[in-house]
Amino acid sequence: MKRKVYLTFPQNLIKEPLIYEVGRKFDVITNIRCASVTEEIGLVGLEFEGDPAEIEKASDYLKLKGVKVERVEMHVVE
Amino acid sequence: MSYVQGLKCRECAREYPKEPVNICEFCFGPLEVVYDYEAIGKVLSRELIASRMPNMWRYVELLPLDEAPTVGHDVGFTPLVRADNLARALGVSELYVKNDAVSYPTLSFKDRVVAVAVSKAREFGFDTVACASTGNLANAVAACAASAGLNSYIFIPSDLEQGKVLGTQIFGTNLVAVRGTYDDVNRLCTEIADKYCWAFVNINIRPFYAEGSKAYAFEIAEQLGWRTPQHIVVPMAGGSLITKVHKAFKEFAQLGLIEAAKTRIYGAQAAGCSPIVTAVKHETDLFKPVKPKTIAKSLAIGNPADGYYAIQTMTQSGGWGEDVTDAEIIAAMKLLAETEGIFTETAGGVTVGVTKKLIEQGRIPRDESIVICITGNGLKTQEALHGELTEQHLIDAKLTSFEALLVEKEAQV
Repeated sequence: MKRKVYLTFPQNLIKEPLIYEVGRKFDVITNIRCASVTEEIGLVGLEFEGDPAEIEKASDYLKLKGVKVERVEMHVVE
Repeated sequence: MSYVQGLKCRECAREYPKEPVNICEFCFGPLEVVYDYEAIGKVLSRELIASRMPNMWRYVELLPLDEAPTVGHDVGFTPLVRADNLARALGVSELYVKNDAVSYPTLSFKDRVVAVAVSKAREFGFDTVACASTGNLANAVAACAASAGLNSYIFIPSDLEQGKVLGTQIFGTNLVAVRGTYDDVNRLCTEIADKYCWAFVNINIRPFYAEGSKAYAFEIAEQLGWRTPQHIVVPMAGGSLITKVHKAFKEFAQLGLIEAAKTRIYGAQAAGCSPIVTAVKHETDLFKPVKPKTIAKSLAIGNPADGYYAIQTMTQSGGWGEDVTDAEIIAAMKLLAETEGIFTETAGGVTVGVTKKLIEQGRIPRDESIVICITGNGLKTQEALHGELTEQHLIDAKLTSFEALLVEKEAQV
């Protein structure tokens, strides 16, 4: 399955290669679609592809590191 | 005949066919319905619209259906009330209230978006409709699904007003109360929408659903005698309605049905949940999501999906954003009721209260035309008024008892 998410990196994590790490640690394909990185904050639109359980683990890993993970659908639902 | 050409990403302009999708696969931007305005311009006229039945479908060319609507035939064309008493109270000369508190059938403007969404869901062949809701949408989806003979699943936050819960249950829907805020309910619904092939009116049907709001603004322009007001105050939850009001006025102008729309559009939120207004006041494009804490539960969306576009609408039109406290909301609900005889829900208290503030601040001039958007009915949010109104008088069934009361009241004056 595929899942679209927005990742928000706080300033202290901007230099961390976390998307690379989740691709190595879990069986998921990460596909960046859009990104905006400033000195203060990093926003990345990312598509995960893989088994739902692996996608869940990858999301949890990012959250544990301090990245905000929000489903893209959340941003277009009213 | 349909004038819908397809869907288009609001960010990157990539085009998509007419399908139940809502997100651009490439840049994740929201999708919007695209019409063939040239073809519409050849057929649609004031005369044609005026010759049709007084409901929202008199603007059918500008609504996103491929076939004739199959549900909600009688939705729309609510009164635009010339509110002279309220105008006097606020010290302005030309004031109107667009009153969707009396929308058919469930007493809020959500009847409009749902009529479009459920008709569209049927076109797509879905047998189940669903939604995440702060209440009004729940009422509207449950009622419309019942009349369409479709299954429905409605997801709401567990702390909703009783009137909205009961007003959903009565239609025999599957009502699911979720422990958490509306944003939590939404999060869950995006997961459910992924797994179950249902028509989620505000998720996968959303580009079509949202277009239904335009009818509210089309009616305002028609009822004002084919013109737009100089100022309009719109409540904001997810921020969709305010952007569609803007779009509707622009479409009417583009089609030559009105002169160029120069309306200033103002957004209203409750102080306990004002992410969009806060961004406008700070003159920034980005809003910060908040945890809502307000009696205006129908506006309590802390992470508004259309927040960015709502900010653009206000700033581009020369409008502004303002918020009011819970006490100001109640005072405004009473003011509207006592001056115009209109009982609005808390969200209407927000728009009336914000209008009052904007006039006092001098942002809305006192001698220009103003429309206040009332989108829901006060009977649904009665809890907010408990202990806030004058007590009723209790007497014995005797004339002497009544006259004693009159004497007592006279003494108080």
